[in-house]
Amino acid sequence: MVSVPVEITINGRVFSGEVEPRQLLVHFIRENAGLTGTKVGCDTSQCGTCTVQLDGQIAKSCTVLAVQASGSTVNTIEGLSNGVDLHPLQEAFWNKHGLQCGFCTPGMIMASEELLRNNPSPSREEIRHALEGNICRCTGYQNIVSAVEEAAGAMGGS
Amino acid sequence: MTTRSFGSGIRRREDPRLITGRAPYTDDIKLPGMVHAAILRSPHAHANIKSIDTSAAASQPGVVAVYTGADTDGVLAGMPCAWLIPGSDLKTPEHPAIAKDRVRYVGDAVAVVVAGTRYEAEDALEHIEVEYETLGVVINPKAAAQPGAAQLHDDVENNIAFTWAVAGGDADAAFAAADVTVSDTITLPRLIANPMEPRSAVASYMAAMGELTLWSTSQNPHIARFLTSVVTGVPEHKIRVIAPEVGGGFGSKIPYYPDEAITAFCAMKLGVPVKWTETRSENYLATTQGRDHVEEVEMAATSDGTITGLRTTVYAGMGAYLSTAAPGVPTILHGLMYSGAYNIPNISGTIYGVFNNGTPVDAYRGAGRPEATTLIERLVDLTAAALDMDPAEFRRKNLIPKFENGHDVATGIIYDSGDYELTLNTCLANADYDGLRAVQAAARAEGRLVGIGMATWVEICGLGPSQVAGAVGFQGGLWESAIVRFHPTGKVNVMVGSSPHGQGEETTFAQIVSEELGVPVEDVEIIHGDTDNTPMGWGTYGSRTTVVSGGAIAFASRKIKEKSKELAAHLLEAAVEDIEYDDGRFFVRGSDDQAKTIQDIALMANVAWNMPEGMEPGLEASAFYDPPNFTYPFGTHLAVVEVNAETGHIDLQNYWAVDDCGVQINPMIVEGQVHGGVVQGVGPALWEGVVYDDNGQPLTGTMQDYALPRADLLPDINVASTTTPSPHHPLGLKGVGEAGTIAATPTVYNAVMDALRPLGVNRVDMPLTPEKVWRAINDAKNGG
Ligand code: FES
Ligand code: FES
Repeated sequence: MVSVPVEITINGRVFSGEVEPRQLLVHFIRENAGLTGTKVGCDTSQCGTCTVQLDGQIAKSCTVLAVQASGSTVNTIEGLSNGVDLHPLQEAFWNKHGLQCGFCTPGMIMASEELLRNNPSPSREEIRHALEGNICRCTGYQNIVSAVEEAAGAMGGS
Repeated sequence: MTTRSFGSGIRRREDPRLITGRAPYTDDIKLPGMVHAAILRSPHAHANIKSIDTSAAASQPGVVAVYTGADTDGVLAGMPCAWLIPGSDLKTPEHPAIAKDRVRYVGDAVAVVVAGTRYEAEDALEHIEVEYETLGVVINPKAAAQPGAAQLHDDVENNIAFTWAVAGGDADAAFAAADVTVSDTITLPRLIANPMEPRSAVASYMAAMGELTLWSTSQNPHIARFLTSVVTGVPEHKIRVIAPEVGGGFGSKIPYYPDEAITAFCAMKLGVPVKWTETRSENYLATTQGRDHVEEVEMAATSDGTITGLRTTVYAGMGAYLSTAAPGVPTILHGLMYSGAYNIPNISGTIYGVFNNGTPVDAYRGAGRPEATTLIERLVDLTAAALDMDPAEFRRKNLIPKFENGHDVATGIIYDSGDYELTLNTCLANADYDGLRAVQAAARAEGRLVGIGMATWVEICGLGPSQVAGAVGFQGGLWESAIVRFHPTGKVNVMVGSSPHGQGEETTFAQIVSEELGVPVEDVEIIHGDTDNTPMGWGTYGSRTTVVSGGAIAFASRKIKEKSKELAAHLLEAAVEDIEYDDGRFFVRGSDDQAKTIQDIALMANVAWNMPEGMEPGLEASAFYDPPNFTYPFGTHLAVVEVNAETGHIDLQNYWAVDDCGVQINPMIVEGQVHGGVVQGVGPALWEGVVYDDNGQPLTGTMQDYALPRADLLPDINVASTTTPSPHHPLGLKGVGEAGTIAATPTVYNAVMDALRPLGVNRVDMPLTPEKVWRAINDAKNGG
């Protein structure tokens, strides 16, 4: 199969390579860039575990081709903090017990980050609506909602 | 300063690696030279394989090898069923990892391709040519058990894998003497566990040493090692199973799967590491499912509202083969629980385990108890209605009164301790039950369909003792073990055999050591999930891990305390009998200014400069804990729903849970388990269920068609608890992982039925989709 060159800036670093035109962005992130924080849960755009930010907007990276993302900027969970100084959302998910197995968590946090950028003080109802594209099988969502609420407060919303 | 940590909702120590995306799950493992496997699955629910031609696939780009069932002949043994329930006519037909001449469900493995990349492996699958001759298909478990139904296994008559009976008292006499009897047929659809992480396996074989390493998304790595040995023939001590981070299991990662055996087989044949990861659609076809019951049930009572008897005939779909623990689920974990929270003196049940052309069924969160609790709680509501009694009042009248040390139930088991009326009363008070009924009456007067439903529940968990495991045919033990190791600095490593996958036990286990030995929680590291550096364990399922492994950790800690006392006595030049212990410090009675801390003791034991005569150096202990009985958590849940009569849509408005799981180590984690459990129990009441067409094709093939609970569909859940310690557990623990799931399905089902009662509807099959509810409402309106 033919290969096409792609160049994607992920978390501020440029990753380039030759990929098949059909290669999914999520596989580029996980395999080519070696950033495995982004997960594959359903590969049909239903679960949101693969959620990243593509040029600042959340995208399900299992439904984007790597070639489509060429020239773009992608942010993944690994780019949200250096792993030591946590982002307020990470801190809040930890405080509020917003995760159990952690598999949905990177996608949840990336989706929540966009929500808070657009709506710094969301109601619980608005948080639930914003996260309906991200499935969590462990937490029953309640603590995730509480975590996003807490992070909103910490980030200056109310 | 006190280091006591029980009852404190401290943050989980496992979270930093998870919230930063740094923790490795199995599919994140990458080994040098690794190749990828993809499995060809049967497109038919039942067919003979006439021929397979793999030659075109073998010449596709990147393909390293293609194997079929014939290649595994004499190499791989059949897939084992490890729960051979006694007192039944259980049949275990051969289950090859790769089907040889017949496929029995859509998803049965037919061949495997190994290639350089996953894309190449999946591409090549399309070039394998298989000629099938289709056969008759049966899906409904009751229909499958009837004479004349299509037969899955030649030597299993009427597809009946086993018949199992439970009896206590004289149910027939109770029914003959009853003032009122009610009956119902309850279907519990097949469910998909849906852990967010798909299953995956990575196998690596070092031929020169004969050593096999398997990374696996397993809930029980030691069992996986044991069964890998049975199937591959590699001796157990040459196998290492590593379960790194596991993204949820809910029972579906207990079984030993053909896919793991196939991945190991490929690695052994090829001498290079092989990875296989399922897609979500493969998860829907080839990962074990749950429930699938048709329950014909009856309850007998006297006119004063006393339940006198229960009778059941249950058809439990097993799928095409008996999965690892499958036979135990509808029998031991279901039939023995028929009494629920009530005094029911006369019980008789017959359970048929039935082969059908579906994916094999095994444990799914609650495993057997949601099926039992739904059955009882539905009958309790129907009986209360028949007697024109309030369902809460009827429950209160029949609950087993408070007991602290053992209560015999008719099915032959002994509940450990309970105060069922307390959880009922607490739940009713929290929800303002009388107020809710008043609101409901007002709504009904306006013609609105508002319903209130509840369930009082008990479950069997903390699975052990091993003696009972043997008596009920489980082909293993049910103890757990732990090694507590103090370093010279006083820091601690704890190695445990069981391996959690999201339940936060790295934190609660550390809290146990802290509680027992006064070590700060952050000085304790929990090591699990790797059979090479942990002692044997039987696994995380059935809400047993904190209870049974926690017991082992407590006992190992207590051994350390005993040795520390002796060493302290030596160092303080006192008699052991005069040494007292408090919060990590050992001192001579009456003079605690001379105390030796546990850290002092750890240092002295490790440098061993000055030990009592004959004492071994080091401060380390291992303990095996085999519980003396099961534990029996309990509770009451209550929900309010409103049904839209025009659309059949159900709005779940409010939910209250009051659970008693004995002593709580970390209330934050307990509450999180209840939240998640409740949502998994609401799912099947309202939305979830596998649907097959008449040819056995699953119509619910992706998350698009299988409706999972999402954030916007649920209210916040009001969670409260009571504390009734288990009398026989060293820490008073009972377990809480399945509570919510067991209670929520009947709670929400009863609420919807309560909403529909004024219309005269008293039965709609789960899941209660808007279409089914709308039809039921319309049929009722049209006098149906
Ligand atoms: S993996 Fe992309 S949405 Fe599920
Ligand atoms: S924490 Fe397990 S799926 Fe969300």
